[in-house]
Amino acid sequence: MISVFFQYDFLMYAMFTGIMVGFLAPFLGVFLVVRRMSLIADALSHVTLTGIAFSLLLGRHFSLFQGLNPLYLGAGFSVGASLLIERLRNVYTYYKELAIPIILSAGIGLGVVFISLADGFTNDLFSYLFGSVVTITQSDFRLIAAITLFVSGFIILFYKELFFLSFDEEQAIISGMPKRFIQWMFIIIVALVIAASMRVVGILLVSSLMTIPVASAMRLAKGFKQTFIYAVIFGEISVIVGLVASFHLNLAPGGTIVMIAVLILLITLFFTRGRHT
Amino acid sequence: MGHRHQLTDSVIQVNHLSFKYTSQYVLEDITLHVRKGAFLGLVGPNGSGKSTLVKCLLGIQTPQQGDISLFGEPLKKFSGWDRIGYVSQKANSFNSGFPATVFEVVSMGLYGKIGLFRFLTKKHKQKVYEAIEKVEMSAYTNENIGNLSGGQQQRVFIARALVSDPDLLILDEPTVGVDVHSVQQFYTMLKQLNQEHGITLVLITHDIGAMTDYVTDVACLNKHLHFHGDTDTFTESENEMMSTLYGHDVHMLTHNHDHSACEVPTS
Ligand SMILES: Nc1ncnc2c1ncn2[C@@H]1O[C@H](COP(=O)(O)OP(=O)(O)OP(=O)(O)O)[C@@H](O)[C@H]1O
Ligand SMILES: [Mg+2]
Repeated sequence: MISVFFQYDFLMYAMFTGIMVGFLAPFLGVFLVVRRMSLIADALSHVTLTGIAFSLLLGRHFSLFQGLNPLYLGAGFSVGASLLIERLRNVYTYYKELAIPIILSAGIGLGVVFISLADGFTNDLFSYLFGSVVTITQSDFRLIAAITLFVSGFIILFYKELFFLSFDEEQAIISGMPKRFIQWMFIIIVALVIAASMRVVGILLVSSLMTIPVASAMRLAKGFKQTFIYAVIFGEISVIVGLVASFHLNLAPGGTIVMIAVLILLITLFFTRGRHT
Repeated sequence: MGHRHQLTDSVIQVNHLSFKYTSQYVLEDITLHVRKGAFLGLVGPNGSGKSTLVKCLLGIQTPQQGDISLFGEPLKKFSGWDRIGYVSQKANSFNSGFPATVFEVVSMGLYGKIGLFRFLTKKHKQKVYEAIEKVEMSAYTNENIGNLSGGQQQRVFIARALVSDPDLLILDEPTVGVDVHSVQQFYTMLKQLNQEHGITLVLITHDIGAMTDYVTDVACLNKHLHFHGDTDTFTESENEMMSTLYGHDVHMLTHNHDHSACEVPTS
C-alpha cells in the first residue's frame, strides 16, 4: 500500500515532506499551545498566503519572479508579520490576543487586493489554500528540509530556555534566560514552520496540524517531554495514514490528514474522559 | 540592628532606596542590611511594598533612587544569580494545565547554573531528586504539577528554589494555602536550612505570630522601613507596635492573625 510512494519521485517527495512536517508542526505546536499562542498560527498562515499571492502577482509582471518559488515570499511575509505581532503584543500588554485579529484581517485584506489585481492564478492559489502534496517540487522539498533542520536544532539547543520561559517568565528572567532573544526567535520559527507545513495541508489547515496532535498529547502525557513524544507520534500517524488513504481513496490529502488527527483526538478524549486538563 | 558589618558578611545591602511604579512612591528611603546567616521576617500590611522591595533586590524593578548590593557587589555588576533562590508570591498562579512534572519544574531551578547549550547531567538529576526529597514530595516526582494541591505545588516551588544550593533564599508569602501542620513543618525546615546549612533567608509573611518562633530578625515595612532588629526586641515591644504601621486596619488584621503588628519607633 505504502510502497507505491517510493516508486514515483513526486510521491516520494510528498511522503518525505509529509514526514518532516508531521514531526515539525506538532513539535513546535507544543510550545505554541502552552504559551497560549495557537491562534497566532492561524494569523500567520493567512499572511503567508498574502506573500504567495504577492509573489505570483510579481511573477506575472516581472520575469525575475517567475522562477522564484512563491513559498520564499510567503515565508518572508510570515516572518515580517510575526515580528509585527510581537510588537503589537507588547503594545497591548493586557490584550495580547488583539494582535491576532489585527494581523489576520490585515493579511487577508492585502491578500485579496493582490488576488484581485491579477485574477487568473486561482488554480495555483487553490493548491496553497488546501495543500497539494503531490505537486511538491524538489525546491519545496529542499526548503522544507532546511527549515526542519534549523527549527529542530534551535528547539533542542534552547529547550531549557523555551521551557522555563513558557512556564514561568518572571523566574526564568531572574535565572538569566534570554527572554527577548528567545521570544523573537520563537515567533520567527513559527512563521517558518507555517510556510513549511502549508505545502502539505494548506493554509486553512496549517494550525490544525500544530495544535490537534498536541491537544491529544496533553490528555495522555505525564510531563513536558512526554507531551512532545505523543504529539509527534500523533502528528506522524496523521500525516502518513492521511497521505496513503487519500492517495488510494482519491481524497484531498490535507483534509484527510487533518481528519485523521481529529479522529485521534476523539479517541484520546474518549479514553481519558472525566479527566481535566 | 548591626549596621556596620564587614562587607564580606553582607548578603543584602540597601541604601536610601526609593521606588515608584507610577507617580506615587511605594517605597521611600529604605536602608536595610541583611547579614550572612540571618533569617529575616519581613512583615507589613497589604500594599506596603514588600513584594516590590524584593523585586528591586532581584533586579526585576529598578529603583529611582538609592542603591543595592548583593553579596557585597553592586546589583548592576552582580552576576551570581544562581546563589539566590526565590519563590514569588504568584508562584502557584502559573498556568495550572501546563504539562510539566514535578521533576521538570524543580530542574528549572538549575537551568541558570547549567548555562546555554548544555543539558542536565546525572549529577544535576541527583540534585533534583534531593531537593524534592527535602520538601517531602518524592512520591509525586513524576506527577504533573497541575494535579497537585496548592500547598503541594508551593512545596515544589520551594524545592525549585533550593535545588541550586542557594546562599540566599527569598520567599514571598510561601505558606499561603499550606495547612497549619505543614506550615509548622515548613518553618522548621527553613530554620534547619538556616542553622545547619547557613543559608540566609528572607521570608515575607503575614503570619507574624508563628514566624517569631523561627526568625532571627524582623523588619516592618510600610512604604518606610519602620523597624528592623532582632526578634527579641521585636516581641518585647510588639503589642505597642500596632497602630502606626497598620493604621486603622489594625483591629481587623490582628483579628485575622491572632496577634501581630509592628511599631514605628518614635525616633
Ligand atoms: N505592577 C505594578 N504596577 C503598578 N503598581 C503596582 C504594581 N505592583 C504593585 N503596585 C503597587 O505598589 C504597592 C506595593 O505593592 P506590593 O505588591 O509590593 O505590596 P505587598 O506589601 O507585597 O502587599 P501584599 O501583602 O498584598 O502582598 C501597592 O500599592 C500596589 O498597588
Ligand atoms: Mg506581596
